[in-house]
Amino acid sequence: MTVRRVMGIETEYGVLQPGRPMANPMLLSSHVVAVHAAAREAGRARARWDYDDEDPLHDARGFHLQRAAAHPSLLTDVPDVPAPSGDGPQEMPRTTVEEYEDPGAANVILTNGARLYVDHAHPEYSTPEVTNPLDAVRWDRAGELVMLHSVRALASSPALPDVALYKNNVDGKGATYGTHENYLVDRAVPFADLAARITPFLVTRQVYTGAGRVGIGQRGETPGFQLSQRADYMEAEVGLETTLRRPIVNTRDEPHADPARWRRLHVIIGDATMLEVATYVRLGTTSLVLWLVEQAEAGAVPNDVVRAVDALALRDPVSAVHAVSHDLTLSERLELADGRRLTALEVQAEYLAAVQAALDATGGVGDDQTADVLRRWASLLERLGTDPASCAREVEWLAKLRLLEGMRRRDHLDWDHPRLSAVDLQWSDVRPERGLYQRLVSAGAVELLVTPQEAADAVVHPPHDTRAYFRGEAVARYAGEISAASWDSVVFDVAGADTLQRVPMRDPLRGTRAHVGELLDRSPDAASLLASLGA
Amino acid sequence: MAGQEHVRRREDDEPIDEPGTPTPAPAAQDRDAEVDALLEEIDDVLESNAEQFVRGFVQKGGQ
Repeated sequence: MTVRRVMGIETEYGVLQPGRPMANPMLLSSHVVAVHAAAREAGRARARWDYDDEDPLHDARGFHLQRAAAHPSLLTDVPDVPAPSGDGPQEMPRTTVEEYEDPGAANVILTNGARLYVDHAHPEYSTPEVTNPLDAVRWDRAGELVMLHSVRALASSPALPDVALYKNNVDGKGATYGTHENYLVDRAVPFADLAARITPFLVTRQVYTGAGRVGIGQRGETPGFQLSQRADYMEAEVGLETTLRRPIVNTRDEPHADPARWRRLHVIIGDATMLEVATYVRLGTTSLVLWLVEQAEAGAVPNDVVRAVDALALRDPVSAVHAVSHDLTLSERLELADGRRLTALEVQAEYLAAVQAALDATGGVGDDQTADVLRRWASLLERLGTDPASCAREVEWLAKLRLLEGMRRRDHLDWDHPRLSAVDLQWSDVRPERGLYQRLVSAGAVELLVTPQEAADAVVHPPHDTRAYFRGEAVARYAGEISAASWDSVVFDVAGADTLQRVPMRDPLRGTRAHVGELLDRSPDAASLLASLGA
Repeated sequence: MAGQEHVRRREDDEPIDEPGTPTPAPAAQDRDAEVDALLEEIDDVLESNAEQFVRGFVQKGGQ
């Protein structure tokens, strides 16, 4: 029993040039990425992204979307490069012309193993792969600092535009941009079972994962406040798209790992959260429910427990997402497929009970972090039912609502007053002197899980226990000899070698410090590293 | 195993009253006082022309 699994978070940040609402967001985003490369990599050769193993059109339901039929936004790879196989370095022909790098496709692989790039007119930070929710918080916090560095660097460059960055998901005018969680899941679980058993959980977890939002409806057309930033943009139960008709369960089946062993669950329903506990509990509880689903598939969970989970199927999950988000009293009843009517908190309590029953059946908690997530989950559900205000140090929508209600009371404001919308937006400004969340941190009004030093270290260093260690350390040590990298490969370009050499990393749990730390330490250059790897 | 004992003991002690938060939630009056203090700080940093700021916050859709 454990909360541990390979996971990560991708966040598209809101981007603005203060005072210039018409500024081109793609150009601004490119500056955010490029200034990082210039400032931190100090003129070293920049590695490209290696798209060889990407397959964004492969659907987890077992079919493959034709490229011609795909919305252009889904084409996140480059076409028709033969997929490599096998372990150890592989030889790749050098191109005879210089690689073309589209300036709009700015892309940096950071020494912490993360990826910083431009995606759909937003700068995006993807954390390195981590093995537990606390590390996810740590490297997610590092992403906020990476963005802050870029804001500062642009502010100090007179020739470049000033940029403000926001860790949120909506502009209040109809646009949304994503914060995606990724979880590696045992391939043995059929996708249909996974989707069915996770959906009621994803619909109802908003009660403690929501970041809060001023305005109801995709354009915020109805004045008010709701739990989630993303809820109003969920329009389908299951689907491949991420930029239109957004589904509760996304079917992109691109594991960036051995597809025979793993699938990657790509969760697009979640909000970006500043509160560390909110991020921690979001990833922790989701990982526990995925563990439950895996155990159920393996036959390790008593039948009555599995039946209880299956009985949580909602009659209309998409409407339920909206209903839960719009109900600040947490008392709205959702209709289940079997005719019962449960509140979101009751559905969550059923999941918690099922996880605890599965835990009893399989012989115990694996580690302290698992115990901590379980304890927090139970505590939050209890207090959200009896005294929600007591959760304002941990739950973001309640932390935000507390300020907004205070301001409404003090200044007699209706929900459509622009000052309230301004609080919502400025909440997640990454600059400490501007971001309102940061004021709460200074005042000790939110609980923190990561020290400033731990977050700062995570900006430059990778986690030790995934392949991100190899990726990050390779970039840190041999940057000038790396021509490209991706989640599951590093391509070396060693002077004097006949070919490029591609090191595949199909297993996210290899390439750790335990595996390759010594090897890296005794390899002064990429040539010696590759010689050792090939041996 | 040790981890199992750890959690069982906590369950026996009633986990509801022992949330993960290291500091207890403040009482209602203290909460209001804390909010008022926070609002004063926020008044100092909030965009002075809120309406213009909100109107100018326009993003392109993403994923």
